[in-house]
Amino acid sequence: MTKDRNSFIAWLQAGPMMLVFVAFFLLPLVFVVIVSAWDYNEYEMLPALSFRGYTDTFEGCIAQLPDLCTILKTYAKTVKLCFLTWAITLTIGFTIAYFLAFHVRSKTWQIVLSLLCTIPFWTSNVIRMIAWVPLLGRNGLINQGLIDLGLIKVPMEWLLFSEFSVVLAFVHLFTFFMVVPIFNSMIRIDPKLVEAAYDAGATGFQTLINIIIPLAKPGIVIGSIFVITIVMGDFVTIGVMGGQQIASAGKIIETRLNALQFPAAAANAVILLGITIVIISALTRLVDIRKEL
Amino acid sequence: MISKATLELVNVSKRFGSTTAVDGINLKIPAGSYCCLLGPSGCGKTSTLRMIAGHESVTSGDILVGANNVTDLPPAGRNTAMMFQSYALFPHLSVLDNVAFALKMRSIDKEERHAEARKLLALVDMQAYEQRLPAQLSGGQQQRVALARALITKPQILLLDEPLSALDPFLRLRMRAELKRLQRELGITFIHVTHGQDEAMALADLVVLMNAGKIEQQGTPREIFNHPKTEFVAKFIGGHAVIRAGDETLAIRNDRLILNAPSAGVSGDFIAGTITEIEYQGTFIRVSIAGENGTDLAAELSETEFDQTGHSVGDRVLVSWNAANAHVLGATPFATVSTAGAA
Repeated sequence: MTKDRNSFIAWLQAGPMMLVFVAFFLLPLVFVVIVSAWDYNEYEMLPALSFRGYTDTFEGCIAQLPDLCTILKTYAKTVKLCFLTWAITLTIGFTIAYFLAFHVRSKTWQIVLSLLCTIPFWTSNVIRMIAWVPLLGRNGLINQGLIDLGLIKVPMEWLLFSEFSVVLAFVHLFTFFMVVPIFNSMIRIDPKLVEAAYDAGATGFQTLINIIIPLAKPGIVIGSIFVITIVMGDFVTIGVMGGQQIASAGKIIETRLNALQFPAAAANAVILLGITIVIISALTRLVDIRKEL
Repeated sequence: MISKATLELVNVSKRFGSTTAVDGINLKIPAGSYCCLLGPSGCGKTSTLRMIAGHESVTSGDILVGANNVTDLPPAGRNTAMMFQSYALFPHLSVLDNVAFALKMRSIDKEERHAEARKLLALVDMQAYEQRLPAQLSGGQQQRVALARALITKPQILLLDEPLSALDPFLRLRMRAELKRLQRELGITFIHVTHGQDEAMALADLVVLMNAGKIEQQGTPREIFNHPKTEFVAKFIGGHAVIRAGDETLAIRNDRLILNAPSAGVSGDFIAGTITEIEYQGTFIRVSIAGENGTDLAAELSETEFDQTGHSVGDRVLVSWNAANAHVLGATPFATVSTAGAA
């Protein structure tokens, strides 16, 4: 009797979130998948089964092989930016989380320093970009400074509106998404385990590889999912920081939407979703395999 | 067994900022002995153990294992191994990999280290559990695994930090016997930190009773129980009445106290008091007496002795003792500590 009651209450507690999920996530996703298989012309979509959304996207790509067509190049570039951002945020985020969890002893300081990591979120994307122009621009502080020092003669063009600045902006923002879950996993690690490893003759690096990383794995995976999903779908930061010169998967969808080609946009969304799922499942598999060694 | 070494602490001190945890202790533990560092919490016993292990730096003094000065060596270079209080098993590794961990750190290949780990699991009778994760084991099983993990490096000295405190009382007695058996079989030195005097008495060849960063007394359990040197020792080890007679302080075992009726003629010193409680304990009867001079006593009488006197609560009695059973205690600045060793 009480068991039924308890499970009813549990459902009631989980219910609201479940409804929101079904109504505003699962349902739209189903629609996207359905629409991606519809036909369309220049100005409207036609509810008939067709895979034009997919075939149009990759038109001429097979003929062009082994050279990559524009669309494949775009996806490759998106994956590359995503990988760079992931690798850098993971390295920096892990280091910061390690510092916070194992070197900062006081709880208050841990909270204060974590909050410091949120500072990039206090301004909008656009403001940040404007703020970076005087720093990274052709006549910006860095270029001017290096010229004045005589280290370079011509300003470096790649500092702004480039892949560099896009990755910089991503890292700047999303390192925090790595720090929080990894820190969370790390503070659960009993410091006695580190001592036990030291007692067994492990070097600092061996302890890191054999104890800290495996135990921080849940945090690493969660942080990676945050960063990868956001970066894979991004078109605002890439647009703004890339000076609208860099194409991305998100950008393709946006362009198609602006052209009112909903099935084509939906098809690209499904492809993007597929790629993201593949990357993330590969990542979790990779981490799992490492644990088995 | 070739791997035997004495452990020697020479004037070892540990200070944390302005507080002194361990204050210039000198201690020599013979090879192959079971030594218990005993004392109330905060007495410096754990700091001492951690300094021996190499997990705490030594502020001053030297630590010698055999002929080697290991004061500044890392834990793995000392021929010691530590078993942690809450065992500190690696939660993500199987029992087998936990035990084999130290060998993996030495880059010994998988087959060899697993074979060695299985030998140690057999020693603690845990072979059947080698694929389990620590969370799937009971407290006693975790402790066996922790023991096997500590022993895999073939240490000369095994350091145990309150190894039994996480176990329930029944299991504690069983593991206590097991520790003693292992130590006897391996023939290496065990240094065991505890705050339970019963544990120390049952296990140790050498009891080192510490208080406020200093060694209060060291010796065999019998020496300490029968000849406590200070009031602190007598009170901590329990089972003693501490009595002030003139300018001397005496310790007399509770089971050597004699209860006399007020009418009886008592030769020598005695304390008059009133019986406040009588507890039947099976093998003996404890009679609590509130002394008229303010001293509370707890005489332990055998059933026959008690039946002969026929006392009951509220009776006035004279507590006396045989002069040969009274030990004069040395003055100690810590004598005011009244921690009873009942835990």
